[in-house]
Amino acid sequence: MVRTYLLLAWTWTRAAAAYRASFAIMLLLGSVSAVLDLAVILVLFANTTTLAGFSREEVLLLYGAAALAFSVTDVLAGNLERISQHIRAGTLDTFLIRPAGAWLQIATDRFTPTRLGRVAQACLVLGYALGALDLDPGRLWMIPVMVACGAVIFASLWTLAGAVQFLLTDAPEVTSAFTYGGQQLTQYPFSVYGRDLVRGVTYVLPLAFVNWQPGLYVLGRDDPFGTPGFLRFLGPVAALSLALLAAFAWRQGLRRYRSTGS
Amino acid sequence: MIELDRAGRTFRVKRTLVHAVRDLSFTVAPGEFVGYLGPNGAGKSTTIKMLCGILTPSSGRVRVAGLDPSRKRTTLARRIGVVFGQRTTLWWDLPLKDSFELIRLLYKVDRGTFARRLAELTETLDLGDFLRTPVRQLSLGQRMRGDLAAALLHAPDVLVLDEPTIGLDVVSKASIRAFLARVNAEQGTTVLLTTHDLGDIERLCRRVMLIDHGSLAFDGTLDDLMASAPGHATIEEVVTHLYTSSRQ
Repeated sequence: MVRTYLLLAWTWTRAAAAYRASFAIMLLLGSVSAVLDLAVILVLFANTTTLAGFSREEVLLLYGAAALAFSVTDVLAGNLERISQHIRAGTLDTFLIRPAGAWLQIATDRFTPTRLGRVAQACLVLGYALGALDLDPGRLWMIPVMVACGAVIFASLWTLAGAVQFLLTDAPEVTSAFTYGGQQLTQYPFSVYGRDLVRGVTYVLPLAFVNWQPGLYVLGRDDPFGTPGFLRFLGPVAALSLALLAAFAWRQGLRRYRSTGS
Repeated sequence: MIELDRAGRTFRVKRTLVHAVRDLSFTVAPGEFVGYLGPNGAGKSTTIKMLCGILTPSSGRVRVAGLDPSRKRTTLARRIGVVFGQRTTLWWDLPLKDSFELIRLLYKVDRGTFARRLAELTETLDLGDFLRTPVRQLSLGQRMRGDLAAALLHAPDVLVLDEPTIGLDVVSKASIRAFLARVNAEQGTTVLLTTHDLGDIERLCRRVMLIDHGSLAFDGTLDDLMASAPGHATIEEVVTHLYTSSRQ
């Protein structure tokens, strides 16, 4: 599976490199939009010293971890977003006649390393926050765990969104609310949001496990919403459950694929 | 090699259930070359898509090379070659040669076998001039030859063709027909061919199946087909007769 992934990704990278100007522009645009996201946070802190009880560095840690998880998913599987086009145009047929999983082929479809700009930006932010904060070194192991779980959660959300497209056929906007919306939500400490929203993204859509719950553990803080302490460690459970649900939904979706007349 | 037992597929179109294929049963033995005819919307493409696992049947049983296509899709992919005349399965931005190389790796064909088969296909399909051209820049005739080569590189037991000669000029048609006949004769590849070009049928198919309204209206040899409508001299007339009489 990894071999097939790398093979397809490399093929698309070579194809993309054939259009050099477009490659360079994409890389530049990706970096610019990443910098703008970060600028919003920095502008906020130019006017205030804390955000819902969190210092600038703490917010940057939460932001960096979520941004890293999201950008890694975006590089590895971001093209799942295009599935609605493939379903509507019937071009999914082409993927289905190959001896490789459809998910893998769609995830790598038009793979481009230009999105790596965002990964680099997220790494920088996370690195800065880790250096600036005086954290308990015994808790740092949670950082890679939360990034990995976050990536799995985002990838599962993309997959679920893709599976729903088999039923809706042409409504990418409906699912973008959950995929991109999820990413936007995790940019700030959850304490800025209302209690009901946070409950929803903790127990229903497990976005709280991308960076909020494990982040609280790393920062050594209590949850302002008073959730029990063991929730800080439930990231892997949440990620795995969502991934299983997504895999099931994806299979069901594929079986409902209608193709197009030809 | 191909086995359908009361296979059906329905589509829900604005709350009404449309039977694209219903109660369809037939078998194709290894090495056969079968023409699959039917008017537009008769269910030909739906059948083909069930054979390669793209569509899951709503009812009945489908087996290709002993496998259930919708459940063993990726295993079956190694044993079946599929060509859609109206849609390329090649990678649009890659040179033809790179598409083939990718197919070699995806289908895990070893280098030696691959080199030999590619050389063979390059010669018989005359691909030499455009192996290094990106697929998007190929003419329709070149692209179709490329698609055929791609479908055969892994030496499949079954070759399924959905209108492979659509839009081609007479010369390209003739070369593709000659090639298909050769593949069937020399390698014993089972071929199922859908087409609207009756010339394809006359020159290639020993057996003809005709589907209409989602079920089989005729199954027999080309001679049987001609005899089924006395008073009609050409295959065009016979097929026109069959298409129109079944509509009443």
